[in-house]
Parts: sequence; C-alpha cells; structure tokens
Amino acid sequence: MFTLGPLGFATPWLLVALVALPILWLLLRAVPPAPIRRRFPGVALLLGLKDEEVEADKTPWWLLLLRTIAVGALILGFAGPVLNPEDRGAGSGPLLIAVDGGWADARDWPERQARIEALVEEAGSRGRPVALVRLSDPPDQVAFQTAEAWAGRAAGLAPQAWAPGDFAGWAAALPEGGFETVWLSDGLAHEGREDLVAALRSRGDLRVTETARPVLALHPAAHAEGQVTVAASRVPAGAPVSVDVLAQGPDPSGVERDLGRVTLNFEAGATRAEAAIDLPPELRNRITRFVLEGARTAGAVSLADDSLKRRKIALVRSGADQETLQLLSPMHYLRQALAPTADLIEANLADSLLASPDVVILADVADVSGPERASLTEWVQKGGLLLRFAGPVLAASDVSRIEEDPLLPVRLREGGRTVGGAMSWGEPKTLAPFPEGSPFFGLVPPADVVVRQQVLAQPDPDLAERTIAALDDGTPLVTRKVMGAGQVVLVHVTANAEWSSLPLSGLFVQMLERLAVSTKPATPEAGDLAGQTWSPEVVLDAWGQTGDAGELPGVEGEVLARAIAEGPTAATPPGLYAGADRRVALNVVGAETVLEPAVWPAGVPVDRLEARAARPLKGEFLTLGTVLLLLDVLAALWLAGRLRGILRGATAVLAVVVVSGAPQGARAQDAAAPPPDPKAEEFALEATSAVVLAYVLTGDPKVDEMSRAGLLGLSDKLWQRTSVEPMMPMGVNIETDELAFFPFLYWPVVAGATQPSDAAYAKLNQYLRTGGMILFDTRDADLAGFGGGTTPEGQALQIIASGLDIPPLEPMPPDHVLTRTFYLLQDFPGRHQGGQVWVEASPDAEAQAAEGMPFRNLNDGVTPVVIGGNDWASAWATDDVGVPLVQIGRGFAGEQQREISYRFGINLIMHVLTGNYKSDQVHVPALLERLGQ
Amino acid sequence: MTTAAPDLRTRAEALGQSLPPLLAEAEMLASTVMMGEHGRRRAGLGDEFWQYRPAHQGDSARMIDWRRSARSDAHFVREREWQAAQSVTIWIDPAKSMAFTGDRARPPKSDRARLLGLALAVLLLRGGERVGLAGLASPRAGRAQLLRLAERLAAEAAGADYGAPETEGMVSHGRAVFLSDFLGDLKAIEAGLARAADRGVKGVLIQVLDPAEEEFPFDGRTIFDSMGGTLTHETRQAGDLRARYLARLAERKERLAALARAVGWHFTTHHTGAPAQGALLWAYMALQGGR
Repeated sequence: MFTLGPLGFATPWLLVALVALPILWLLLRAVPPAPIRRRFPGVALLLGLKDEEVEADKTPWWLLLLRTIAVGALILGFAGPVLNPEDRGAGSGPLLIAVDGGWADARDWPERQARIEALVEEAGSRGRPVALVRLSDPPDQVAFQTAEAWAGRAAGLAPQAWAPGDFAGWAAALPEGGFETVWLSDGLAHEGREDLVAALRSRGDLRVTETARPVLALHPAAHAEGQVTVAASRVPAGAPVSVDVLAQGPDPSGVERDLGRVTLNFEAGATRAEAAIDLPPELRNRITRFVLEGARTAGAVSLADDSLKRRKIALVRSGADQETLQLLSPMHYLRQALAPTADLIEANLADSLLASPDVVILADVADVSGPERASLTEWVQKGGLLLRFAGPVLAASDVSRIEEDPLLPVRLREGGRTVGGAMSWGEPKTLAPFPEGSPFFGLVPPADVVVRQQVLAQPDPDLAERTIAALDDGTPLVTRKVMGAGQVVLVHVTANAEWSSLPLSGLFVQMLERLAVSTKPATPEAGDLAGQTWSPEVVLDAWGQTGDAGELPGVEGEVLARAIAEGPTAATPPGLYAGADRRVALNVVGAETVLEPAVWPAGVPVDRLEARAARPLKGEFLTLGTVLLLLDVLAALWLAGRLRGILRGATAVLAVVVVSGAPQGARAQDAAAPPPDPKAEEFALEATSAVVLAYVLTGDPKVDEMSRAGLLGLSDKLWQRTSVEPMMPMGVNIETDELAFFPFLYWPVVAGATQPSDAAYAKLNQYLRTGGMILFDTRDADLAGFGGGTTPEGQALQIIASGLDIPPLEPMPPDHVLTRTFYLLQDFPGRHQGGQVWVEASPDAEAQAAEGMPFRNLNDGVTPVVIGGNDWASAWATDDVGVPLVQIGRGFAGEQQREISYRFGINLIMHVLTGNYKSDQVHVPALLERLGQ
Repeated sequence: MTTAAPDLRTRAEALGQSLPPLLAEAEMLASTVMMGEHGRRRAGLGDEFWQYRPAHQGDSARMIDWRRSARSDAHFVREREWQAAQSVTIWIDPAKSMAFTGDRARPPKSDRARLLGLALAVLLLRGGERVGLAGLASPRAGRAQLLRLAERLAAEAAGADYGAPETEGMVSHGRAVFLSDFLGDLKAIEAGLARAADRGVKGVLIQVLDPAEEEFPFDGRTIFDSMGGTLTHETRQAGDLRARYLARLAERKERLAALARAVGWHFTTHHTGAPAQGALLWAYMALQGGR
C-alpha cells in the first residue's frame, strides 16, 4: 500500500490523474460563462456604463478553485484513501502480547484492552497462535494458544496495583523458538527490563506501544515543622500543570469527606512538586488517605498510617518551681524524646486535662489531690494513658504502701533500693529481654543501659502479670495496669539520668513509641517491623480504590519492610497493614521513588496508543467532491444571473427594508444642511407654497410614519370640507429645521425622548410666542389619565415641556373656542376616547356667561399648546388613497369616533388659522344691532 | 382587437366607478369658455339656477324674470351659474418599450398606461369635460367619445423603440396627461413638453415603470436588448451595474420632475406592480390643481 503520512491508498495508480488538474485549470479558465439575452427597456440608461471587473470574462478564480478541489477530491476518493493504514500487522508466526499491567496502566486501561483485543482478533484472522502475559504477575510458563482461546481472557484482564517487577524471571520463562512480540508498555522505566527486551528481541521482532498521557504519582505525606507536606511526581516532564491533592478521612459522624485540599504546581520541565497542608491536629489526625484529584491510579493514592497522627501529651511535674539544673530536670529527656513527634502541653494537671490530652505523664509526682484525682481517674477510665515515672518524691511518700493506689499499677515498697552505688554491693542492673506479650517485645535492650536505683513493687499476686519490663534479676522495671478503657503505666526509675541510664539510650524513645506515647517516624525502620506479623486490613486496587483485605495472609515484618523499601509486589499488595500496636501503610509510591520514562533500545519501533484505528476515507472524499460539484452548479447559475428567480422573494424583502429605511437618512441629510444650503431653500419653498401641517420627527420610524399618515388624512379632510387646502404634511426636525413656516406642529411624545437642545428650546419658545401651536400627544390615554406623569410618555412630556414657555393650563372648558371653531363638539377623541385635553387657562377665570349666552365673553388669543393623550394621528391616519390605516373602536360607533376626531382636527386647524375670530362671534348680535342703527 | 376594446373599456369603467365625477378646474376660462356641467359658484353663463337679484339699471327688459317679479314690488333678474368645461388631451406612449413586463404575472406597462388613460377619460367625460387622444382623436365631450377613445387605444399599432410626446390636437390652455415610461431621449420629451407649455397647456406626467426597471434584478453576464432591438448593451457582471443604473434612473426622474416644475406640470412615477387606483387618484387630484 502506498502511504503519504497517515494516509494510505488502495489504488495509488489513480493518483496519476492528479497531473491533469493544472490542465483542467487552464481549460476552465479560458471558458467564460455564457451570457443571457434579455429584453429590457432600461438599456437606454445603461449605455456607456463600463464593467468594473475586467477579469469577469474568465471564470473567477474561486470557482476554478472550487472545481479543482472537487475533481481532486473525486480522484483522491477513487484512489481509496485509508487513514492510519494497518499494514504493519502482516507478520506471521506466533504472537506474544506482553502487558506491563501495573498501576500506571490503569489510567487508560480501556484503550489498552481494546488494543489487546484488536491484536488478538487480528492474529486470529491470520491464524497466528497468541500468548498474552501480564508482566506484573509472577513469571509463569508462556503458552501459545489460538486467538479464540484468548479472546475471552483478554476482555477479563485487569491491571495490578503494583508495578511489573520480575523481568529476569519472565525472560527465563520465555519458550524457545521464534515469535513476534507486541509490548504494551506503561511508559515508566522499570528495573531489569533490559533483560526481557534482549530476550524478546532474540526471539523475533519487538514492537512497543506506549501512551502519551503523563503518569502522575503521589508520594507519602510527611511531617515537617508541624505541617504535613505532600509531594507528587510526574512523567514526562512537560508544560506547567497544577494538580490538586485531597486529604480524605472520616468526619465526626464517620462519613468520608475531603478534609483538606492543596494545589501542587509543577514547573515547566519539573518532575516533582511539593506543597504543605496546614491542618489543625483534630483534622489532621482524621486523615486516612491523600488522593491526587482526577488521577485514577493506585499511584495517585497515598494511604496515611499512624505516622501522621500527632498525640497531645501533658507533662506534669511535682512541685511548682524547682530550681534544678536543666539536665537534671526529669522533664528534659521527655521533652527531647517527644517534642519532634508530639504536641506537648506543660501546665498543671487541672488545666492539662481540659485540653483532653492523649497521654498524661506524671514525672515523680507522689499524690494527686482530691478534685484533680477524681477528674484524672475519670479521664483514664475513658481511655487515657497515664504514664508515671518514679523519683525521690514518690519513693519518700506513703502513696500505695498499704493499699494499692488506683493511679498506680502496683503497691510500692518503702524506700526503694540502690544497687551498684558507692555504698552498696553488687553491680548496677541491666535489663532483661522483653517477654513475649509485652509491648516492648522485639526491642533489643542495649547492654549499656543500667539501673542504679529504683522503687520496688510489693510482690502481689498479679505483679507478674502487670510487669511488662524487668531487670535481669527479675525486679519489675515497668508495670502496667488496665483501668477502664485506659491504662496506668509506672516506670520504676526517674525520667532523668539520675537513677538509670535508660533515658540516655535510644531504647527510651522506642519504648515510648511502643507505649503509643510518641508518634512513630514517617518511614518505619526495618527493625521496627521485624518480629511481628502484619496482617493487611485494607488493600488498594490498580485504580486506587480501597477494598477489604479479606482472607489475605499476614506478612512477616521483614517482608513488609522490604516491600516498603522496594515497592509492593504480588505477595505484598499495597494497603494498610496492622501490627500489634500500630498500622503501617504500604503505598505504591514511596517517599524516595523516582519516576523515569521508559527508554527503549534503538531499533525497537515505538508507537502511540491513541488514534490507531484504520479508517477508510473513500466515502468522505467522494461526498466532498460531489457536494463541491453541486456547489459549483449553484455558483455557475449565480454567476450567470440565473439564480435570480429563486432569490427574488428575498430580494423583494430586502428592497422593502432598504426603501423604508431610506427616507429617514435622506431627511437627516436635509436637516443637517446649513441655512444658505439649496436644500434648506427647497424645504422653505415646500413649506411655504401653501398651508402645510407639520409633525415633529421623534426618531421612531413607526411613530413618524403614523404622524405623517395622520396629518395626511387630516389634510385630505380639510381639503374636502373646508377652504383650507393643505399640501403634503412635512416632518420637522426641531433641532435643525426652521419652524416659522408652520402654523401647527403635531408632536407625538415617545417614551424616552431626549430633551431638545437649548437652541431648539429658544426656537420653540419663539415659535409659541409668535402664534404657533403645538399639539402634544402622549398617545397613552388608554393607560392613564393625563398629567400624572405615570406613563413613560407622560414623563418624557414633562421633561420636554420643562424648557418650554408654556402658560398656565386648564382642562378644556366646555365653552372653549375650540368646541365651536368649525364643528360644535363636546369631546375630542382620537384613537382613545375620553382622555382629558388641556389648553391655556382663560385669563379671567371669574368670568360668567352673560344671560342667554352659551359662552363666556372671553376675548382670548390662540392657545399655544394643546396637550392630550388620545393618539389623534392614528385616528386621522389614511394611506395615499384615503383608506384609514388604523381600526378605531368597533363598527359604526368606531367610525363615528373617527369622524369626531376628524372634526376635532378641523376645529384645531381652524382655531390656529383664524385665531380668536370665532370667539369674537359673541359680539355679532351687538355688531348687527349697531349696523342696523 | 374587437374583443380587447370592450374588455379594456369595462375595466376602465369599473375603475372609474369608484370615484366621484372629476371636476377639472378651468383656470384659463376667460379665453376657452365652453359650456359644461360644472358650476363656478358664481353668476354667469350656464343652465343651473343661481340666484335672483334686484334688476339694476342697464339690465335689458328680457333679462327680467317676470314670474318672480310679479310676486313683489321690485324687479328681479334670474341669474344662472357660471359653468365651464375643460379640454383634456391624453397621450399614451405607443412605443415598443411600453410592451415590457418584468414578470409574466404583471401586465405590460402599455396595458397599465392605457387603462389609466381611459379611466381618466371616463371620469373626465362623466364630469362633462372634453377628452381627446393626442394625435388620434380630437377632444370631445359625451359618452360616444368614450367608445371612440377605447377603439382608438385598442387599435393602436406599435411604433418606435421609445416614444416622444405627441402634442398634435392639443387645445390651447387646455389640460394634458402624458403617460409613458420616459426612458427614451430626454430631448424629445423636453421638446414635447415645451410645445405643450407654449400653448399654455398644463397637465401631468405619469411615468409608468415596471418594478423590474426600478430594481434591476439582474446578475451575471448579460446582453440587454431594447424592446425593438435598436439598442444593445453587453455586460459581464450585470450586478455591478445596478447601483449606477439606479443612480441614472433616479437622475432621470429628477430631471423629469424638474422639467415638470419648470412648466407648472405635475410629475409622478407609477409602478405596474402597484394598484392603478393610487395613480388615478393622484391624477385626479393633480388635474384639480391640488398637490
């Protein structure tokens, strides 16, 4: 198969046809699209117009490109392209599939499994015998079987929680004879792998498959200066990355929770990152495990054992302030031994118990007085450990002489004894080996530890039982008594070096540890573990999930110590191991473990696990070619202008949008022109050639259009019914247009209208003073009574009117001249009915109608403003033909309302044009009378 | 043609039915006094009674209405309303360019122009005006004239590629209606208008255009022929010409409007895609002397 990068071709000779593409390019380029003949009278206007694009006589380049790609895609498609062609599996003979099968494989095990199944299946299709080994298992006989036999087992294969180890053993277990090997590696370097690689290469070809995904591993947490530090490693070292470490453990109710979280930041190129978690001791003591968030492998889990716990220890001494030398103080050695691994409380007994310590140490305290005694007893019975040291005070006191003191494990003889001193016979006593059953069993007492002076226990019946350490002559050195849930321990020597050299030895510290007084160091020494059988309590699987250990056998301390040093194996799976008095965690990754990427000898082909499936692309290429050819058809039609019929609808819609948008722009251009501009002159001419009703442009196209239609309808009615013959209504921009030409302005107030500029206000006030009239229409009479400013329009009107020179207003009185300038009217509906209309208040509010006269004698001028919200424009609006645009009311009543609103409009215009003429009509009788004379 | 003529007439009458009788304003009445049906709202020559007025000195005895005078002591003269009729000449462009339609669903421009012209004639005749066709029928009043006009319009033969206004048979100080697409030589149109204006004729220009001519909905390589085939223009990218074509069309309309303004005429553009009623109404208003 011919391959080009990741592409292979089934019939590569077809690719020769690609040579023809440039020829096709040239051919297509020379042939322009055929013209269409159209009959079109407008050709008279086209004469002399030149084409802008000279190249259009050739096929445009993008169309050429489209066609070339289409043909190229078809050629490639017929050549049978395959992505990631699988032609490397063409070998013959037996096939060995080796899987590392360690914890590092767990992160992408499904992919590995799929790969294994694919390999088995492929081998089966070629009739090759197959063997499948998991290198994390102990070495076993490698048996080649048919692929069918392996198919089911491959699906059930799971990784182990430990790393593959015994490569030399596997190399020895390999059968004779040639076979090919595929090694699915976890990407980590493992000790001794070279042996197996060499052995496999000697048998036949070796291919390695790795994954590119990084391996993350979490090291056990450690104590450092009161804080818990966690560290993680990664392979390979790459770009900076941040990982969260979760500290998990049970909360007081026993539910597993995240107790703490810390982010580890890997620097670019760094393989290790560290961070400290600062937690209060109460929380810290609850932690059972640390987990790398998001990484599901056993390596990303670190179980926490007792080494994390720090105990609170109360140190109480006799007397208040003994001015003894530092090195003679019994506290000194205890402090030295305990301070690195425990939290110490040094106070008097009552205060110490309030802090609920784990251990109370009484160094040479003889008696504990009343209330303290009671609370101390109660504390011990609840599970406290009371550790007492002897001393001169205890030896001289009467405590526990006759009766056994509850807070002492044994009765004491008076005075004690001194051996090996200047005034005594005998040598200082050494320690006897610790008896089985003692917590100190397994510790080896050093020969140089001697006891010179001690307090002696009375030989009571249970003394032997209570003795956990003795001198070589059998005298008890340490006695212990169980008391409730707790215990009382007495060390028969002082806590300083006065009576013995025990506090000077390492044994002192170890004994304190064994008594669970102090915390163990982070990594247990081999010697600590030796001599005990450790039974697994909790085990980890490869994905880092904890499980019950079940029936797993216990492990010898030496074996466990080796596992902790070298990493878990099949015999010692990772988990928690419990000994007599403590639990030890065996983690997959130790504190010193260094992850290194696998290095393969030159000549071993290594490929990646991802994206390996062969994928025939013939269908895709052919589809692409066909789609491109279809596009080409459309494009050719479009180029020739034959798509027009299909797109006509869309174009019409577009044209409407463009046309409806255009007048606004043209208007704005006109308005922006300075006064001497011919446009302004034209505007003036248009406005003054006849009476023209005008409306204020609000900027809202719908409102402006409605105003125009409304005034057009009113103009028509005026033309038909009166001697007023207005021209087409005009829109006025109050900022830029001259207002003086118009006797009447209709001003629809829209919500959110902006306040006119000062210049515009000046112009408007001048207009109002010189006889103009503005009809403000808030168009909201259906929503609210006018004047409250409760609607957005009402508020806008208040803003606009604030700068206008408007006289005092009043609701239109029933005898206002507007009610009789042309028609006799009682109300003034627009689209809405019943809204109040406000006009200038009459100058003489006290005027009364004369006897027999229907109107008051108010010889007033023209009201400069009429304000209402009845939306008159909508009621007046007609189209160019005279058909009403807006439905008013219902049926005949609605038409009647429209008629009345027209009448109001006519009255209004009459009032504007005739001034107070109608008002003067009240004088007609008097005038006639005078004429008659 | 025999079927086309009555059809055109019915449709025109139907269109004209929806409007009141058109009362043409007889502006230059003094020189072209004709008897007609429309009162001038003042005393004058006519058939309708206007008012009785007391006889002045100088009124001849036969002017006195004796029947009225007999009912009182004074003598009264019976006055009649002053009535006048107007001569309207309609020119409908007979050129081939008017046969264009951009869509099979739309009538050709000539169809719409003839319909408009005849509807206007119906209205005018009903109002008592005298209506004629420029170059085809001299202005006359009466219903018979309508038949004649319809016949002449239907019989019209196609002429040149683009038409020029015909002013023959126009009555001085009368009215004229020009219906055309005005896409031809502007000079010929100017000359025609000037001739008409010279005779004191006022009137309206109605430019009938197909929507396709307004939108220029063409793309790609195209050869444009005029309807008669005398003009040809080839383009490789018709879409590129659109903006410039529209600019030229707008300029043409501007020129026509300016021309009309200069001689006191009215100008409008009517599209065959829109209903004819709007244009008819506009012409009605314009002939009335309105806007």
